[in-house]
Amino acid sequence: MLAIEHVSKVYSTRQGRRRVLDDVSFRLDRGRNLGILGRNGAGKSTLIRLISGAEQPTSGRIQRGMSVSWPLAFGGAFQVHLTGLDNLKFVCRVYGVDYKPLVPFVEEFTELGVYFREPVLHYSSGMLTRLAFALSMAIEFDCFLIDEAMVVGDVRFHERCHIELFQKRKDRAFILVTHEAHVIKLYCENACVLHEGRLLPFPNVEAAYDFYQATMSERPNEIEV
Amino acid sequence: MDSAASLLQSLAIQRRVLYALLMREIITRFGRENLGVLWLVVEPMIFTLGIATLWTAAGMNHGSAIPIVAFAITGYSSVLMWRNATSRTTPAIEQNKPLLYHRNVQVGDVLLTRIAIEIGGATGSFVILSLFFIFIGWMPGPVDLLQVVLGWLMLAWFGASLAFLMGAASAGSELVERLWHPAAYLLFPMSGAAFMVEWLPTRLQQFVLFLPMVHGVEFMRQGYFGNVVRTHYDLGYMATCCLVLTLAGLFAVREVARRLEF
Repeated sequence: MLAIEHVSKVYSTRQGRRRVLDDVSFRLDRGRNLGILGRNGAGKSTLIRLISGAEQPTSGRIQRGMSVSWPLAFGGAFQVHLTGLDNLKFVCRVYGVDYKPLVPFVEEFTELGVYFREPVLHYSSGMLTRLAFALSMAIEFDCFLIDEAMVVGDVRFHERCHIELFQKRKDRAFILVTHEAHVIKLYCENACVLHEGRLLPFPNVEAAYDFYQATMSERPNEIEV
Repeated sequence: MDSAASLLQSLAIQRRVLYALLMREIITRFGRENLGVLWLVVEPMIFTLGIATLWTAAGMNHGSAIPIVAFAITGYSSVLMWRNATSRTTPAIEQNKPLLYHRNVQVGDVLLTRIAIEIGGATGSFVILSLFFIFIGWMPGPVDLLQVVLGWLMLAWFGASLAFLMGAASAGSELVERLWHPAAYLLFPMSGAAFMVEWLPTRLQQFVLFLPMVHGVEFMRQGYFGNVVRTHYDLGYMATCCLVLTLAGLFAVREVARRLEF
């Protein structure tokens, strides 16, 4: 079980304090999933960072009764002078997993060939994304955090991600944030909309979809505290 | 029972994370080419040898009974202890921010890793150079090894607690890193590395003895050279300073972790 309880996040900017998330609450049980729709700047990535534990909420609390992944396919933690293999070893050490049995899967999935043992510095952005995704799959979690904007690639890559995540790991929970309404429709059993800092629940994905489409025509609001 | 188990679990995670960060940092910094990880010790050794040569040429022992090579090596090694760790921790949080996406990697771990590397390198350099010069007869052995070790540990504590606090504080303001470099430069001549307190005029003695590392260097050198020179130190004062720095550092790290933004 994952419980987000009255979470708010305020950032200080030069123009004063801005409330990005305002009293957000929800629960997610094992094996269930939730899609969160929001347009650019709605606070989706902030929410993912808070749930992953990289950042702390200004108020409220987050209880993790199951293991929660880092944001899926997040490649920012790569050290460019390390090789793909070094980065796999690092992640495995942090999570207390033996890296050796995982090498074949990562090599096969990333299709890096000899580059798997070359510094990440020399990777193309496609290679980086494949490595980042493979590392996310290498460590097993009960709940995956998916920021759709981070998982960019060609059709084949998306298909392979789909197989790894939604077929091989369909027993896991996940939270998917995106600004693309159809993605939510495709993958999620429940949906919310992140709108003006608040997380609005809907009885079904359709209702969330309709609301979101309607708000898309509005001008974005800046929320002052 | 439960809390004991979770404490053990936390310690296991802590150990794992520190090991992962250590390996990553060492490979990143020193690479795999030529000497690789040996640079960890070779780099401070080169500095120390350079200083030892200069000080020997300049007669920095001021005609005292203290052998010059040993004076330079004990002195400059002690500078490495308090200076290098802080120089490496002040940019540490900014450089390692993305790692904090892995929840088990905490701000304190990032700082501790860099501190361990610097203090390990400085210690290795000190031990290897001392053994080498003792072996070829340019340097006497220590009179009281235990006191040298204790003095060294005090310097390590001071260096680590300073680096921990400064590393955390630098996440709060860029000024910390900017001001550290001139401060380190100015503190070097006053840090007790290039003089014995006894050689200074009384008024200056009172002033330099405010600096905690001076006490550590004096104590360690007394252990090394015995009573050939009168030493001035107060380990109680030094320990108090270190304790205050440690507590302030722990508090600062907690605050930084709470406020960190990406």
